[in-house]
Amino acid sequence: MERKKDKKVIELEEVVVKFAGDSGDGMQLTGNQFSDTSAFVGNDLSTFPDYPAEIRAPEGTIGGVSGFQVHIGQKEIQTPGDQADVLVAMNPAALKANLRWLKKGATIIIDIDNFDNKHYKKAGYAEDPMHDGSLEGYKVIKAPITSLTRTTVTEYKIDMRSADKMRNQFVAGMLYWMFNRDIKIGEIFLKNKFKKKPKLKIANISILHSGYNYAETIEALNVTFQVKPIAEQKGLFRNITGNQATSWGLLAAAEKAGKKLFLGSYPITPASEILQELSKLKALNAITFQAEDEIAGICAAIGASYTGSLAVTSTSGPGMALKSEAIGLAVITELPLVIVNVQRGGPSTGLPTKTEQTDLLQALYGRNGESPCVVIAASTPANCFQFAYHAAKIAIEHMTPVILLSDGYLANGSELWPIPKTEDLMPIEAPVVKDNDPYYLPYHRDPDKLSRFWATPGQEGLRHRVGGLEKADVTGEVSHDPLNHEIMVLTRNEKVERVADYIPEQTIYGKKRGDLLVIGWGGTFGALHTAVKELQDEGKCISMVQFNYINPLPRNTRQILKGFKKRIVCELNLGQFALYLRSKYPQFDYIQYNKVQGLPFMIFELKYKFNEILEEI
Amino acid sequence: MAFESASPIISPQDFNLDTEVKWCPGCGGHAVLSSMKKALPNIGVPKEKIVFVSGIGCSSRFPYYINTYGFHSLHGRAPAIASGIKVTNPELSVWIITGDGDSMAIGGNHFIHILRRNIDVNIILFNNKIYGLTKGQYSPTTPLGSVTKTSPEGTIENPFLPGELAMGAQGTFYARVVDTNPKMMTEVFIKAAQHKGTSLVEVLQNCIIFNNQVHADITGKDVRDENQIYLEHGKPMIFGKNRDKGLIQSGSKFIVVKIGEHGIRKEDILVHNVHNPDDTSHYMLSRMTHPDYPVAMGVIREWKTGVYENMLYKQIKESKRKSKIHTVNDLLRSGSTFKIE
Repeated sequence: MERKKDKKVIELEEVVVKFAGDSGDGMQLTGNQFSDTSAFVGNDLSTFPDYPAEIRAPEGTIGGVSGFQVHIGQKEIQTPGDQADVLVAMNPAALKANLRWLKKGATIIIDIDNFDNKHYKKAGYAEDPMHDGSLEGYKVIKAPITSLTRTTVTEYKIDMRSADKMRNQFVAGMLYWMFNRDIKIGEIFLKNKFKKKPKLKIANISILHSGYNYAETIEALNVTFQVKPIAEQKGLFRNITGNQATSWGLLAAAEKAGKKLFLGSYPITPASEILQELSKLKALNAITFQAEDEIAGICAAIGASYTGSLAVTSTSGPGMALKSEAIGLAVITELPLVIVNVQRGGPSTGLPTKTEQTDLLQALYGRNGESPCVVIAASTPANCFQFAYHAAKIAIEHMTPVILLSDGYLANGSELWPIPKTEDLMPIEAPVVKDNDPYYLPYHRDPDKLSRFWATPGQEGLRHRVGGLEKADVTGEVSHDPLNHEIMVLTRNEKVERVADYIPEQTIYGKKRGDLLVIGWGGTFGALHTAVKELQDEGKCISMVQFNYINPLPRNTRQILKGFKKRIVCELNLGQFALYLRSKYPQFDYIQYNKVQGLPFMIFELKYKFNEILEEI
Repeated sequence: MAFESASPIISPQDFNLDTEVKWCPGCGGHAVLSSMKKALPNIGVPKEKIVFVSGIGCSSRFPYYINTYGFHSLHGRAPAIASGIKVTNPELSVWIITGDGDSMAIGGNHFIHILRRNIDVNIILFNNKIYGLTKGQYSPTTPLGSVTKTSPEGTIENPFLPGELAMGAQGTFYARVVDTNPKMMTEVFIKAAQHKGTSLVEVLQNCIIFNNQVHADITGKDVRDENQIYLEHGKPMIFGKNRDKGLIQSGSKFIVVKIGEHGIRKEDILVHNVHNPDDTSHYMLSRMTHPDYPVAMGVIREWKTGVYENMLYKQIKESKRKSKIHTVNDLLRSGSTFKIE
């Protein structure tokens, strides 16, 4: 293409782009398209969709703003970024909702067609933001996105309503130009997206080009940016969300163990994508049972487990509450089961689309009786694969329910992931029993793991009965004997404790001794690690641990905690992990840093807090 | 029909366990258990492939008393557990043992949904119209006005008829038997096993301690011929000690008539069509209650239609045939991937 003007290319190490509009404006799609394109050219990335609970919230209002933030870089990227360098605001509400999350001097692209009194009123602006001084210091590009999109599609005989749905491609085109991306990558994305709708495909591609050409033409955009490929990483990559990684990790485990994957589940935000993803993968022996409720979801999974499937149930907090009785059944019958809880804001229905870490104590203790479960938490979107795999491995090899904690931030967020080969994954050996084994007894145990053995219906010579009533040690007959009950309670507990012998030691980021140890668990890894790394680069004596294995804790936990003058536990709740650590290691003091806003940590707020403590030491 | 073992290898004794059966002496459960042991050798399934799943309650102790695979689960949840078992391994013969509290109250949701899905399992519903294991509270099938421990002035709740629920949930097999007729039970259990889809067998069962004689109006030796009608496919719906009463349709209702009176001939009596996809007549039969009608016994409905797990495995087979993804490695490399060099 002939260059219409000289462009000044500025090279950036990293950049954060935020797309914001009404929930029907296609911001999620454009965000994904831009992310995929960045991954294609070799940038590292991290994304974070932020959308309202309503499907189509009232148009033009703050409550209806749907956002997608993507952070790309030529260095390692671990969070979607605190603040954006570029904001796309499709209407005044989108601008108003996001202005405080913008860097000074950021570029704002607005659809000027929607900036009128009607929209200002809906967004709650008292005055025209174009003239009230609130945009001072920003580079505002007023693009007539709606009208130019409509003009572009007139030749395709597409109605206005449908045309407006394609405005996102005009924006995408502008960004392809701004970031010096090959527009062909955007075309390929649309060709795949609208494979079965040729008319929409052509129209969208045409709009993409309009946006690109528009950006090239206008004077306002005389500077473009370049983010080069990441230098440290090589190989085959893909952009993956936490829910997708969880689904695939479970499938990989089923394949490795030579078992069918059975998912019993009920749709719930933000976990539904796991059920949706696996329902598409019947070709890999994934069976999805969309149950009548959360309880039936887990119960069907328990039945499948008894019959020899790798059984899983997926849910979020409220569903977890409903499943607690059945988790107890899996504990007492000692059957393998993976329970995925994609945490969201609570209590009750709470904040369905927002992230939180408030279900930790529920996972650890939220059942009647002495009912120990293994609890594992994933800490990045991509490592949901690894921890889902490991959760399944532990469930099968130790014959126990395992609770895998994810959260809304991990589930919907995505990052670049080096694709593994399944040959390199750890083996999974199910403790199966041979037909007609004369020594088989239902509660006969492996002497090391204390796990019982997995005899399944259909096997000859192994007929036996399991159930929720307490069973006699070894024989598995129903038993109300007081001492037997205590033996069984202790054994089930010890079985879970011994899992600590089969998990890796806790990694520490930084020196093993120092002033301050930052402690996190689960989905806060990116923000904590980035904040700590930046302080380390400044020469501060700070280290960090992020726990993935919660129950049991890694064997070296005490040793790590001991090496620091102060310890701060950072979590998106009121201090649940801190409470847990205090119960396990009461000899240490713990400072807490908590946030319960349905939002992830910001790097700047963490650094501020850590500096404050470091200054006191 | 003779109930000796069809196979020289399996006999009713093969299903005996050493454990003591802890139901009360005189409980209807004993007869159900022995009728089941007589039925199982006749269903054409090896004993290793039989699984009993139960919920909570007196009836739900059943799996501990029979030597098959067994799962004594949670209150009301047996249909969900059984669904996971059957879907994982469709070769298994899966039996759900439940009671009126277990399936009609706490497990009502699972009960209707398994019927709707038509998973090929058999449900034996022990209906004694009372909570036995918790010692005598009223249940969802307790007749209106009954005085129980939790209804000292009589219940003020309308009872469920399990058959009505089964029809409403598009159940494909519904039968009713009484615990005083072991031969009928064994025969119907075999038919339930043979039906492809969810089979519901309601057993009118006596609770000798908390609801004794609750079904006496129907099961008593002196009244049973007059107050029960045993239905058989293709045969006229005739009952009575002298086989002289029958059902005919009048408007939208069934009415009881006497053969020989008012010009009614035997040929005028309705013939039972168990396979009719339209469940209207089955619904009417399942609703007949004493004293207005004889209570219908035997197989009331048996509709051959799509079975959940058959359709599921067909989809799996199709997916495997069509998909380019055959391993997890294929999956991980599908769609957009990026080579960084």
